[in-house]
Amino acid sequence: MADLGLDELKKIMRTCGVAESVDLDGEILDVPFEQLGYDSLAVLEIQGQIEQEFAVAMSDDALEHTKTPRQMLDFANDLITTGA
Amino acid sequence: MTAVITGVGVVAPTGIGVEEHWTAVVNGDTAIRPISRFDASGYPVRHAGEIREFDAAERVPSLLVPQTDHWTHLGFQAAEMALADAGVDPAELPEYEMAVVTAASSGGTEFGQKEIQKLWSKGSRAVGAYQSIAWFYAASTGQISIRHGMRGPCGVIANEQAGGLDVLAQARRMLRNGAKVVVSGGTDASLCPYGLTAQLSSGLLSRDPDPARAFRPFTPGAAGYLPGEGGGKLIIEDAAHAAARGVRAPYGEVAGYAATFDPPPRSGRPPTLRRAIDGALADAAITAAEVDVVFADAMGEAGADLREAAAISAVFGPYGVPVAAPKVLTGRLYAGGAPLDVITALMCMRDGIVPAVPGGWELDPEQHIDLVQGEPRRMPVRTVLVLARGYGGFNAALVLRAP
Repeated sequence: MADLGLDELKKIMRTCGVAESVDLDGEILDVPFEQLGYDSLAVLEIQGQIEQEFAVAMSDDALEHTKTPRQMLDFANDLITTGA
Repeated sequence: MTAVITGVGVVAPTGIGVEEHWTAVVNGDTAIRPISRFDASGYPVRHAGEIREFDAAERVPSLLVPQTDHWTHLGFQAAEMALADAGVDPAELPEYEMAVVTAASSGGTEFGQKEIQKLWSKGSRAVGAYQSIAWFYAASTGQISIRHGMRGPCGVIANEQAGGLDVLAQARRMLRNGAKVVVSGGTDASLCPYGLTAQLSSGLLSRDPDPARAFRPFTPGAAGYLPGEGGGKLIIEDAAHAAARGVRAPYGEVAGYAATFDPPPRSGRPPTLRRAIDGALADAAITAAEVDVVFADAMGEAGADLREAAAISAVFGPYGVPVAAPKVLTGRLYAGGAPLDVITALMCMRDGIVPAVPGGWELDPEQHIDLVQGEPRRMPVRTVLVLARGYGGFNAALVLRAP
């Protein structure tokens, strides 16, 4: 299955809304989700959507490893590649 | 301490904003129409008071839209309008002196239905994270508190229609305990297949297919009520606090309140709405003669109407006080119903106009109440009694007094 790309991730993030002061098309890869306006519940929602779309299951401690969009991409793609 | 109402916000089938709503009410413009939020053609109830032209994407902050149910979207909008109307900027007030208490009835049924559909069609992992916070009764209170940084006491009262008055009394208690500004009132929005099905289970909804005839409280053969969505929010404030920040003319005062609970069916003991009315008058330290208008609960179910009419005529005498029932224009709004009635009553006091139910109804001669009918009645209004009953035996009565 294809990897999760930034554009796909942004599409998922947009379904959770976008904070007024945030431009998701700017340099966001290493900006913590929290600073982008997404609290832990929003990150859980983003994870849930990735799980559905790519048929993977994220562990309960995934939140610890997915603090930024780059970390989310790496974490998810690792699962997608290994078919976990 | 005097609890005054310094701001109101309306999101109702009759209009978004208090003036639009009040104009519709005075003109007797009904908002009852065929249900459009979903295909209701297969349901025994096909008409309701829906809010038209409410686009959450335009009115609710982007991040909050997917986290919250339609009912909370309406609550956000009403609270924002009430705060603006009161001239309260939450950023300028001490955060622990601002409180929130709202009434809730259905909770986030539309949101919950979508998640249940995902659960059944795709499995538990497909259920979104926001389901955990969107459906439950305290969601609107919590979200309003977070959004506006109101960190004083917060609460929710969930006892169907009566809660809309109970929260105003609770707001007054919060002021007595030190809060300075309270966001109160309530909304409900349960016009989705799951929500309507849940409502149908009460057996109180009218199945009359003619929308003009379906919801006619206090008439012979009243067949029940039609549902609606929306409600209102009010800013309740200590009069001294309001005066100190320059509020010259609050809408009115929360002057008296009482609540009762009916005995179980077949207990042989009488219903207790009358006791709630007496209690509210006593709390306001007024006699029945001082009440200018009663806003009735007006359920539209024959037995409930009879009991309400009996309580009103027992306290005020037969045909002793004008009675208004503007909810026939919106349908029954549950948690949003009584707050909307209170706001309508404040407009009635402001303008000296008692709204009417449509003319041409044949009223039940067994019910000795002066239901204002046909044309609105112009008269000075200083004191209004608002009644609300919640499914299962809740009664509440609230006295409003002009400032």
